[in-house]
Amino acid sequence: MIKEKLVVIGNGMAGCRAVEEVLKRDPDRYEIAIFGTEPRVNYNRIMLSPVLAGEKSFADIVINDEAWYADNAITLHAGRAVTAVDLEGRKVVAEGGLEVAYDKLILATGSDPFRLPLPGIDLKGVVTFRDLDDVEAMVAASGKPGARAVVIGGGLLGLEAAYGLARRGMAATVVHLMDVLMERQLDESAGFLLREALAERGVETVMGAHSEEIVGESGRVTGLKLKDGRVLPCDLLVMAVGIKPNAALARNAGLAVNRGVIVDDAMRTSDPAVFAVGECAEHRGNCYGLVAPIWDMCRSLAESMTDGEGAYEGSVLSTRLKVSGVDVFSAGKFSGGEGCEDIVFRDAGRGVYKRVVIEDGKVAGAVLFGDAADGNWYFDLMRAGTCVTDIRETLIFGQAITEGLAGLDPNAAVAAMPDTQEICGCNGVCKGSIVSAITTQGLTTLDDVKAVTKASASCGSCTPLVEQVLKLTLGDGFKEQTGPKSMCKCTHRPHSDVRTAILEYDLKSMPAVMQAMEWTTPDGCSSCRPALNYYLLCAWPSEYRDDKQSRYINERVHANIQKDGTYSVVPRMWGGMTTPDELRAIADVADKFAIPAVKVTGGQRIDLLGVKKDDLPAVWADLNAAGMVSGHAYAKGLRTVKTCVGSDWCRFGTQDSTGLGIRLEKFLWGSWAPAKVKLAVSGCPRNCAEATCKDFGVVCVDSGYEIHIGGAAGLHIQGTKVLTHVASEDEAVWVIAAAMQLYREEGWYLERVYKWMVRVGLETIQAKVTDPVQRKALYDRFVFSQRFARIDPWAERVAGRHTEEFTPMSRRMEFVPA
Amino acid sequence: MNAPTLSKDWKVPVWVDVGAVTDIPRRGARRVPSPRGDIAIFRTGDGEVFALMDACPHKGGPLSQGIVHGRAVACPLHNWSIDLASGEPMGADKGKGCTPVVPLEVRDGRLLLSLPVGLDVHG
Repeated sequence: MIKEKLVVIGNGMAGCRAVEEVLKRDPDRYEIAIFGTEPRVNYNRIMLSPVLAGEKSFADIVINDEAWYADNAITLHAGRAVTAVDLEGRKVVAEGGLEVAYDKLILATGSDPFRLPLPGIDLKGVVTFRDLDDVEAMVAASGKPGARAVVIGGGLLGLEAAYGLARRGMAATVVHLMDVLMERQLDESAGFLLREALAERGVETVMGAHSEEIVGESGRVTGLKLKDGRVLPCDLLVMAVGIKPNAALARNAGLAVNRGVIVDDAMRTSDPAVFAVGECAEHRGNCYGLVAPIWDMCRSLAESMTDGEGAYEGSVLSTRLKVSGVDVFSAGKFSGGEGCEDIVFRDAGRGVYKRVVIEDGKVAGAVLFGDAADGNWYFDLMRAGTCVTDIRETLIFGQAITEGLAGLDPNAAVAAMPDTQEICGCNGVCKGSIVSAITTQGLTTLDDVKAVTKASASCGSCTPLVEQVLKLTLGDGFKEQTGPKSMCKCTHRPHSDVRTAILEYDLKSMPAVMQAMEWTTPDGCSSCRPALNYYLLCAWPSEYRDDKQSRYINERVHANIQKDGTYSVVPRMWGGMTTPDELRAIADVADKFAIPAVKVTGGQRIDLLGVKKDDLPAVWADLNAAGMVSGHAYAKGLRTVKTCVGSDWCRFGTQDSTGLGIRLEKFLWGSWAPAKVKLAVSGCPRNCAEATCKDFGVVCVDSGYEIHIGGAAGLHIQGTKVLTHVASEDEAVWVIAAAMQLYREEGWYLERVYKWMVRVGLETIQAKVTDPVQRKALYDRFVFSQRFARIDPWAERVAGRHTEEFTPMSRRMEFVPA
Repeated sequence: MNAPTLSKDWKVPVWVDVGAVTDIPRRGARRVPSPRGDIAIFRTGDGEVFALMDACPHKGGPLSQGIVHGRAVACPLHNWSIDLASGEPMGADKGKGCTPVVPLEVRDGRLLLSLPVGLDVHG
């Protein structure tokens, strides 16, 4: 029998797998010749990353050695590129004029790395990450002591390249155009954890970085210049910004080509004798760059070539990152979508973040960080379209726990367990120990059990089981966990836990808090985000960068929103004092911007009502020009210090209440707090400034100053309590600043001073602010914090900060016919 | 997403390029004035974008000024949560009206809006 001639162009993963699949089905049908441009046998390209990292050798990643070609009578033309395909004459032409005829032809030409058209692209030391030659060039570059590498592209390949180079001892920096690493596979939370994990492994990341130019000296790369002017010095520049199908040969031969070589479900091109597989192929509009679809395609192709009918229907993708010790998995709609529901699990102790997305009762996607063991399980459930409604409760804990409880009434399952059965794998706690701890020590809550036995105190995946044991042991005595109220629905942690943890574990960003405190949502909600933003700002005044998207509108735009969407503007009048010039400026602003209402407030200020948002910066500019700054009438923070005229004018005045009020306001202004803070200073016990219904009040008396705390005259009416009595104005300022700082550090977000006082007790506050050492420490922390707070937000915005907040995104819709 | 309705006067829906996806901060929103009132375009933490008329079904509050969380926005006036995909209030306020969804397309990172006939703030 004369064999048909099969020629394969491409000696890579797709070409050789296609041949293997054909041989498996019909080993004697074809006489096979394979062309490869690389001068070596077939190897596993996706394992180049471990080779670069020095974790594997080339020999480890060879898929088919020379014996395989010989055993199957395959002619390998390695290092010989095919230059043309003659469809009419059914032959291929290779370098050196070699012509080989075919009956069937498989194109498996793969893809080429995309090279950004940057100036300096041709400098020595600029490489891509595609084949063994690239790896060898990178390894050679890493040999120079102190060598630095920059990798453009924070996708899968770029990160693996950077990790490999770091393992080889280079200082590696990844620059990424987007604000999330691997943004096509990871959500923000996972991206954040990945950045931290890479930093621990010596890979720095620069986000939102636009590359402008590759700079060099005498023909060699010396650095990468970014659009913002920064230059990142390097001896090696790796470009890993994506791939494009290598379809030139097919295009020149006259085959139908779009982005890739167009194939049908049988992997046939527009010429029935020619097939294409792998990254060079385009199937139903998709080109793939991962290995799993290649295997799927090769199976269909082999069916078609052995008289079957291949029916490739496209592939569902999943991704794993190959960086040692960093488990990352992603598949499907990892960031949800319309009608989707998220189940989130975090384990701070093990650095785990899992998000499974459910749609119509089925798994629609998943992103796993830190523990990707169940990735394939979720992926299988997703591809099979399995209904997961029944296992929803335990789904996030993975296959072992879910299937361990499958089909069993959880109560019965736990009851049936022997006492020796281990419940908590992390801490090695078995059922018997938990039961005896509950009965002998009278434990009643999950937290008790955690504290005493350590069960479920680490990864938490056994929490449902421990709860079952509690229920079984206590029977009717079991109560659902009660305790301090949680911050919001995203967490079971109360405010105090979160505030303590921020300081204790040095948590300095919102994603860091959410991970450490095991938030059950990907990025918080409109209750917890403003709270966390404040807690972080209060804890790290010099370091934390305010997140404006986590601010309520009034604080975001430094004005108060009104029912019609306009704003009110209140300039500061220190201690309620003003001047004719200020009043004239206010009047001019009201005229100039046609401000419809001007009103005197209860805090001795003037309120300009009905200002259009777009006008805010211009209104502020005029008020700034007259020497006025923001009155923070919108702030969860210091609002106003109301005063009476005191000893300056009043025949009863005992002290300079106006002066003290102004001094206090000039000291405290700009400070953020859990809720609004209003002060007043009265010059005598007649109390004309109404200091005894303010958050902090001062009533001047002949012998000095009575400091008051915890008044309210809003939803609740409550007179103040006397905090202490001091003899001098200086001491009055110290006590109030210390008390303010204590409230800032201990108050729960939105908890007013009077509620905080009731919660922690007046005596506790008194003890701290009257003890000279503690008072001094509180005072110093407040002073430090004020260094970053006493900045007029209006002036900053007049100078151009956040202009996007005050201008429409586009005015082009205004001209669309209504 | 709703397909834009064709008006009698237009043969094809008019798509207007109003900017880049990245002009909107994550978990933020921007306004686009139109002859039928402001349109709010939102970008979630996951990077999805949505467009609604900039008016809460409750008291007309400008949703573009609210806090974007998950796939919802909290109205700045009375804290109603509005589903960004459907314009419907969520939770306790479910079923109490709906903010019209504005057709939005993303092409190559650019945002395109359309104003179909019949779309109205008071829809």
